[in-house]
Amino acid sequence: MTFPVRAHGPSPLRRWRAAGLLAPVAVAVVAVVASPLGFVVAEAAQAGWDQTRRLLGRPLIATLLWHTVSLAAAVTLATAVLGFGAAYLVERTALPGRRAWTVALALPLAVPEFVRGYSWVSLFRSVHGYWGAVLVMTCSLYPLVFLPVAAALRGGDAAAEEVSRSLGRGRLATLWRVTLPLTRPALAGGVLLVSLYLLGEYGAFAMLRYTTFATAVFTQYKLGFDAASASLLTLVLVALALLLVGLDAWAGRHARVTRHGAVARSAPPVRLGRWTVPALAGLTTLVGVSLGVPVYALGYWLIKGSSTTLPSASVLGATLATLGYALGAALVATAAAVPVALYAWRRGTRPARAVERVAYLTRALPGIAVALSVVHFSVRYARPLYQQPPMLVAGYVVLFFPLALTAVRAALAQVPPGVEEAARSLGTRPLAVLGRVTLPLVLPGLGAAVAMVGLTASTELTATLLLRPTGTQTLATQFWVYTSGLAYGAAAPYAALMVALSVPSVLLLTRRTLGRPGKNS
Amino acid sequence: MLGTVRPLAGLSLVAACAVALTACGSSGGSADGSPAPSGSAALAGQTITVYSGQHEQTVKALTEDFTKRTGIKVELRSGDEAELANQILQEGAASPADVFYAENPPALTVLGDKGLLAPAAADTLKSVPTADSSAKGDWVGISARTSAFLAATGKGADTAPPASVLDLAKPEWKGRLGIAPGETDFAPVVTQVVKAKGEDAAKQWLKGLKDNAKVYDSNEDLSTAINSGEVEGGVIDHYYFYRMRDEKGAAATHATLHYFPKGDPGALVDVSGAAVLKNGKHQAAAQAFLGYLASAPAQTVIAGSESYEYPLVADVKGKPELPALDGIGAVADPAQLGDGKQALSLLQDAGLLQ
Repeated sequence: MTFPVRAHGPSPLRRWRAAGLLAPVAVAVVAVVASPLGFVVAEAAQAGWDQTRRLLGRPLIATLLWHTVSLAAAVTLATAVLGFGAAYLVERTALPGRRAWTVALALPLAVPEFVRGYSWVSLFRSVHGYWGAVLVMTCSLYPLVFLPVAAALRGGDAAAEEVSRSLGRGRLATLWRVTLPLTRPALAGGVLLVSLYLLGEYGAFAMLRYTTFATAVFTQYKLGFDAASASLLTLVLVALALLLVGLDAWAGRHARVTRHGAVARSAPPVRLGRWTVPALAGLTTLVGVSLGVPVYALGYWLIKGSSTTLPSASVLGATLATLGYALGAALVATAAAVPVALYAWRRGTRPARAVERVAYLTRALPGIAVALSVVHFSVRYARPLYQQPPMLVAGYVVLFFPLALTAVRAALAQVPPGVEEAARSLGTRPLAVLGRVTLPLVLPGLGAAVAMVGLTASTELTATLLLRPTGTQTLATQFWVYTSGLAYGAAAPYAALMVALSVPSVLLLTRRTLGRPGKNS
Repeated sequence: MLGTVRPLAGLSLVAACAVALTACGSSGGSADGSPAPSGSAALAGQTITVYSGQHEQTVKALTEDFTKRTGIKVELRSGDEAELANQILQEGAASPADVFYAENPPALTVLGDKGLLAPAAADTLKSVPTADSSAKGDWVGISARTSAFLAATGKGADTAPPASVLDLAKPEWKGRLGIAPGETDFAPVVTQVVKAKGEDAAKQWLKGLKDNAKVYDSNEDLSTAINSGEVEGGVIDHYYFYRMRDEKGAAATHATLHYFPKGDPGALVDVSGAAVLKNGKHQAAAQAFLGYLASAPAQTVIAGSESYEYPLVADVKGKPELPALDGIGAVADPAQLGDGKQALSLLQDAGLLQ
């Protein structure tokens, strides 16, 4: 380390050094989080040609492909419309109680996947199959679109919209031609997460009796104990994910929105007039359906289940373990996402963007494939850490890195590059610019990344069962122990605690994503 | 780190403690409260790791009792049996597991075929009927359950159960039936049908089931669906009914359990089993645990637990509400069940699984 000299203008050598550090760090991070892809390819390669033909040649494959693609298309479209619509209503209109709505609309994120699946299936036996899956997945995933779009709307400069209105363009035309393009990167990021997630989701579809490639992968592991066949099927998911990431890249080619001014102004809210009542009714339905159903089901089992007992002493231990692992994973994933996002976003070169996109692919892998790959690598290359707390944290980081990356990327997009350039031209070295200018500006965004990963990790089950230290219980594993013994009453307190623990994260998330209340009004 | 035993010392201890534990077992009720078996004294203080796919509350009671008797501590890793088996396959020789306790034979057969299991001590194998363990002797049967027909009751006329599991493929069951083909418990029923009627007939039977049945993810879901009247009946393991009845209360239970007649492929008795892993570091202590599981005290714990399984040791009685096991049928031959791959591909070909 050399003593920092305040030179006038960075020397070419220093510029090179900082640049040289960022790329390898980013590439190393992505190599680690994308290692499950390598595992899947290596396992699939063990299947012979005959096995491949038998497995992929079945007529059922076409059905599964159609199920997977049609479901992903419908849910992605529905979450895009609902997420954008809700974000527009709370950010750009004079809707009553906008701040309360923002929190309520984000809260479904606090409900764990398997709790949601179970509560729907136990209350409404008719909710299953394609439409059931569309309904339940839309309800649980729309916040992934809502939050980034709302953040983009709040953080983005409304000047363009004002100009459009003042030039006589109608409200709808402005919405379509100006507001929508402004939020395109946020919308695209959210939609990409939703669609990739749908490719890999297993538990909810199994409960809703809807078969996709991910459920087929799970069957191969479960009944065939056959990693090679399962990995072959997983490769189809990877191919679909590549297609989605490519689509995203293509759609995002011309959609790079950067803010030019350092201060954003918000537009005066659009008055809804006679649309106020339908808008409120729509939001009430959305929140009621996505939050009300799981809350009701939990309440039912807390009261009605015969196995309901006062939560035992293990609840405290499970809660602390859950909190510790989730927080650890959230911090590590966020820290790891910073260099990757910086590299991809600031460098913007083709290879830099490619590195970033690879990181998203793991999101499409079924949880069991990711978990087994972490088992595979850690048993071989990190033996002393296997089934120790750091490995569970590492597993979460691998699983949820894309969530952190999206949040950090969104935060970076809100920093006008001019600010950094100005700092650099004043003679600050690149690393110092990062530390003193960029990071403080993206800190709120990092909070969102921490909350997002923490939230998701605290309810994770598959990888937790495989990677946790022997003897450790989290809230999710305890919930699983009881539900698999049909003791729903005993399971309910653990599910309720998971939801309760997630609420602060959601509050943090809405606040961090959207800025402090009142800042823009 | 955990203490380890030199392989030779370990081996010499295996026989001693297995004998001691079996002695406990054969002496029946008096075994309870007897001092720790003398052979295991040297093992006290060791810690073994048990991967278990069985009902956690029951296994916890078992490991606690085992520790009290022997001084050997147990790290219990509960999970889904299939996930745990896949985990052990990935871990290979580096697995921290000393014992694998599975719900069904195929999970054990897969690990045995990969050469990951050590032979169970002869005396442990002797304490349960020979048919209940692996023919190779690399795992031992611990408890049993039977497949049965759960029929909805209460709403309108009670559903009459089928005379044979084969009848479920008949058109009269169209739209009334539920199945959970993805459960590791259902594959053995398929294997039994193949054994009784041949592969072609089994294919026809599955085709009929595909036409007739709604497909559920798990036996828990299926039991709940039958109880709520969504479907009129389905094949489950007997204990799901009892566990559901315990949870919902008798008043809210709208289903009855019917056993298939003896000799029917549906009258299947399936065992859970446990094995010592060949690469485990505590061979002697692991064998002692296996011996304990097959002993009368452990079998008494299993019989009295909320998991509603049948004990396999001769003198231990199951729960009073369960009909006697030998009235239901023979234990499914683990060799016939194999690694489950045939059942899987038949289910896939029939379109019941992906």
